[in-house]
Amino acid sequence: MKHAASFLRAAVLVALGGAVGTASADITVISFGGASQKAQDKAYYAPFAKATGVKVVAGEYNGEQAKVKAMVEAGNVTWDVLEVESPELVRGCEEGLFEKIDFAQVGDKADFVPAAVNECGVGIFVWSTALAYNADRLKEAPTSWADFWNVDKFPGKRGLRKGAKYTLEFALLADGVPTSDVYKVLATPAGVDRAFAKLDKLKANIQWWEAGAQPPQLLASGDLVMSAAYNGRISAAQVEGKNLKVVWNGSIYDVDSWAIPKGSPNKADALKFIRFASQPDNQAVFSGEIAYGPVNLKAVPAIDAKVAAGLPTSPENMTGAMATDTEFWVEHGENLEQRFNAWAAR
Amino acid sequence: MSTAVDTSAAVPLPAEGDGTPLKKRLRRAERRRNLLFGALILPLALVVLVAFIWPIGSLLTIGVDNPEIHDNLPRTLAVLEDWNGSAPPDEAAFRALADELAAAKGSPAIAAIAKRLNRENAGYRSLVMKTARKLPLDAAVPAREALVAIDAQWGELATWQAIHRAGGALTPFYLLAAIDRAIDADGDIVAAPEDERIYVDVLLRTFWMSLIVTVCCLALGFPVAYLMASLSTRHSNMLMIFVLLPFWTSVLVRVAAWIVLLQNEGLVNRLLMWLGLTDSPLQLLFNRFGVYVAMVHILLPFMVLPLYSVMKGISPVYMRAALSLGCPPFRSFWKIYFPQTLPGIGAGGLLVFIMCMGYYITPALLGGPKEQMLSYFIAFYTNQTINWGMAAALSAVLLAATLLLYMVYARYLGPTRVKYMKAR
Amino acid sequence: MEAVHNSQAPHVSFRNVQKTYDGETLIVRDLNLDIRRGEFLTLLGPSGSGKTTCLMMLAGFETPTGGEIRLDGEVINRVPPYRRNIGMVFQNYALFPHMTVADNLRFPLRVRKLAANEVEARVKRALGMVQLEAFGNRYPQQLSGGQQQRIALARALVFDPQLVLMDEPLGALDKNLRERMQLEIKHIQQNLGITVVFVTHDQSEALTMSDRIAVFNHGVIQQIDAPEALYEYPTNSFVADFIGENNALDGTVVAVAGEECDVRLDCGTVLRARTGNVGAGGRARIAVRPERVQLAGEGEGANRLDATVRELIYLGDQIRLRVELAGKHEFTIKAPISQLDRSLRPGDAIRVGLDPAHTRALDVPAAH
Repeated sequence: MKHAASFLRAAVLVALGGAVGTASADITVISFGGASQKAQDKAYYAPFAKATGVKVVAGEYNGEQAKVKAMVEAGNVTWDVLEVESPELVRGCEEGLFEKIDFAQVGDKADFVPAAVNECGVGIFVWSTALAYNADRLKEAPTSWADFWNVDKFPGKRGLRKGAKYTLEFALLADGVPTSDVYKVLATPAGVDRAFAKLDKLKANIQWWEAGAQPPQLLASGDLVMSAAYNGRISAAQVEGKNLKVVWNGSIYDVDSWAIPKGSPNKADALKFIRFASQPDNQAVFSGEIAYGPVNLKAVPAIDAKVAAGLPTSPENMTGAMATDTEFWVEHGENLEQRFNAWAAR
Repeated sequence: MSTAVDTSAAVPLPAEGDGTPLKKRLRRAERRRNLLFGALILPLALVVLVAFIWPIGSLLTIGVDNPEIHDNLPRTLAVLEDWNGSAPPDEAAFRALADELAAAKGSPAIAAIAKRLNRENAGYRSLVMKTARKLPLDAAVPAREALVAIDAQWGELATWQAIHRAGGALTPFYLLAAIDRAIDADGDIVAAPEDERIYVDVLLRTFWMSLIVTVCCLALGFPVAYLMASLSTRHSNMLMIFVLLPFWTSVLVRVAAWIVLLQNEGLVNRLLMWLGLTDSPLQLLFNRFGVYVAMVHILLPFMVLPLYSVMKGISPVYMRAALSLGCPPFRSFWKIYFPQTLPGIGAGGLLVFIMCMGYYITPALLGGPKEQMLSYFIAFYTNQTINWGMAAALSAVLLAATLLLYMVYARYLGPTRVKYMKAR
Repeated sequence: MEAVHNSQAPHVSFRNVQKTYDGETLIVRDLNLDIRRGEFLTLLGPSGSGKTTCLMMLAGFETPTGGEIRLDGEVINRVPPYRRNIGMVFQNYALFPHMTVADNLRFPLRVRKLAANEVEARVKRALGMVQLEAFGNRYPQQLSGGQQQRIALARALVFDPQLVLMDEPLGALDKNLRERMQLEIKHIQQNLGITVVFVTHDQSEALTMSDRIAVFNHGVIQQIDAPEALYEYPTNSFVADFIGENNALDGTVVAVAGEECDVRLDCGTVLRARTGNVGAGGRARIAVRPERVQLAGEGEGANRLDATVRELIYLGDQIRLRVELAGKHEFTIKAPISQLDRSLRPGDAIRVGLDPAHTRALDVPAAH
């Protein structure tokens, strides 16, 4: 059995590919790619290489923890630093996939937003999933998830990420549940039924997306009138001249973190990199490149006011927004995703 | 070979040369030859074993493997062996559990226990993690009181039943879940809750979509193969290049091309609107239509090639013979030509169908949730939730369905069925 | 079956038929041919001579570029093959591999919507005719080549066509079987009284089976005649060479006297021969069969020539002599063993005689 499992792991590793075999002097940093990776390159990778002489080999993945698991359990870790979402951070930390991080080597805990400080991870940025729309196509601006569900007033297809996470929260918000109660309601069977019942009403008008790059494209092309979207992707499209807008009311924010896969051969350099990326100046550069908020509070004054206004962390945007409940999703994720799949496939 | 042996037995020949009997020398010579044959196929046999039989075997074992509780809470399970299961167990079980959780604390074992129990009932993960954080217990206090004090759920029967249920070394849980069945608290196999049933439908859908794609490939591929088989070599080679063209680009590129073509403001819709055939763009993507179009496009060569190779072997003289016997052209085609292409249709159809059954990327990118086939869920469990037991169980279902299909094919359309082919 | 035909009228006639595939070269040029009812006509010629094209035009698989083909007096140029009611036996039999032997035979009958009992009776009769009654349930590939050949024949006949076409049907059989089948086919044809048009490039097969043989070359019928006439009295060098063995000696016609003429060979000797397609003053090629060459001492009054023996080949029933004669190194003589002087050795000088009745002055074919 043990053999069988390790074989599968090795097979997954081979099948999924990924960044393999890099020179020891370099560190391999894996992120989700796209606009965010470009911003990271500018704010972190290039300056870090310049400052320390340690080259950063950038790679990307799609959040598949299976890859990390396969690597760690096969004892063939080729990734040094990894961007992870919060539930994966918690799970991976519990399952021993990530190195424990001595936060003292990174910075002063007090300087960071609480969600950025973890046993195995250090926050990178605050990002948000929000309602976005194409201002060229809608005469009247939607203001809430209730509007998102209002097909009469805003006819057309809506985009949601194919998965239970966020989708169920948005359904409850649209159904009138206050942000503070969303996870309380969702923890009960009746609350789950309520969320799915609300989704049933919109189902025919939903177009599901999987990659973060899709919503801005589909909004711009007119395939969608509104969509749940990662705010950074929308701001990147705005920079390209697309007239897309974000509704911060009802947005859900989360922190992406750096983690070091257990057994990374360049652990010391990896930690150095994380420390570098947590410096206020560098964080400010990052937020200037893409509209994700800094986790180091000292970075806030260094950010241009105009840029700050577009970040999930700006006080104005925080009004009506809520934080994702990582514990909840670690606990209920599997069941809810299973039920979501069953529901969506019908 | 046997005749050679018989001859030497019937006519005992005197020993020659070094004095060894002829029979013995023959056997030695044959042994050498057999060793050579063995050596020739050994690399392939090893590859098949290592790359095919072993992984599939391990995959199937993962589908029933259930080590999390069994390996990490052995003492607790031993105590629970004599437990009647109608009321929470006695102090010994609580003590064993508390000790074992304390021992697992801080290691991946605790996460495995938590994750596995959470699958029995969402919420047990935090119960386990929370409890582990407060361990070890003060030895003076009874373990039962202490655990219930940490969380009242330890005092509930259902919690212990869940541990007991999850404690087997092997479990049918994943395999049953893969066919929308579950085991209830009494240990009976029952249908899964209605809002969780999905895989039987998905399996049927996988079959259905594969069938549609196969039929479309046949309908489109048959005339092309026929044309290629009847054209001169130069022209048929040209056509062959066009047929094989899709092979030279990656699946992702082809899928991306279809997205560009089929999206709301894509070429197809613009053309339709320009022609005035439709006022508003048709929904061609993220539904069955787009998936079918792209899958047929990708799989068409797998239909055309076997058909072509079979058709190439059908002499045109059969059609002439049928005509000369008084049979009109279409009927001749149907009665004489078409039946001879059946082996090609069978081979091509099987190839396309089985490849369809495993399709993943194309439906994932071009289809909506209603277009996802079984492989999507295998990938989902492998990558997203890291529930490899479930992934293995679904793979086993897919494998079983494919084997079943192949057996049907071998029985009704396969080479052994087509008797007249044997004599060739 | 059908109305009684005027036995004088040809069963099939080709009139000025032409065929070209590329619009440049004619595969068949201006073909005129009458096929008599009930005769066994063989189209003989080298590959590419147009014989198979003729057969395919008659079967309906090729359309003539010009001229017309009549069957029982009716022009059939535009009648599709499946309406011509002509039986056909193909080179490699073309038995349907996915059908049993019996189903192969039933096929043309069912297409004609015959009653089931009639179908079975005819299938039985056809299988009996080729002595394969027990093989109805086999698949073609389970039969030997000769058996397949017979089934193909039975299938071409089972629907009672009055005309049967055969396209080199025996080519794939070994020599002994081929010779047996030649007679078998001939007998069946005679018993049924059907018209057979048979294509082959094997001249001995043609001689064995045919009532008449049409010799094709370059899309033109060179000669059409009964086998004996064709062999003994070829009208041109091509026919003389193509059918049987032939010795050729080139020369010039010096005088023509009715049926006979004098030809001066290039070595100077003058020979008397029957006049073929040559005229006085023109070049001519003397053609004489090896078995018609007389050895010294016999045939007074015949043309006489000196020759040197080069080789003797013992063939059991006869001896073949290769001699040098009239400046030609390859001249063959066949003689029965009983008539030969057994003391002959290579190098011996002999005199040979050529009977003018069996010596023909024919054209000199253009060198290719």
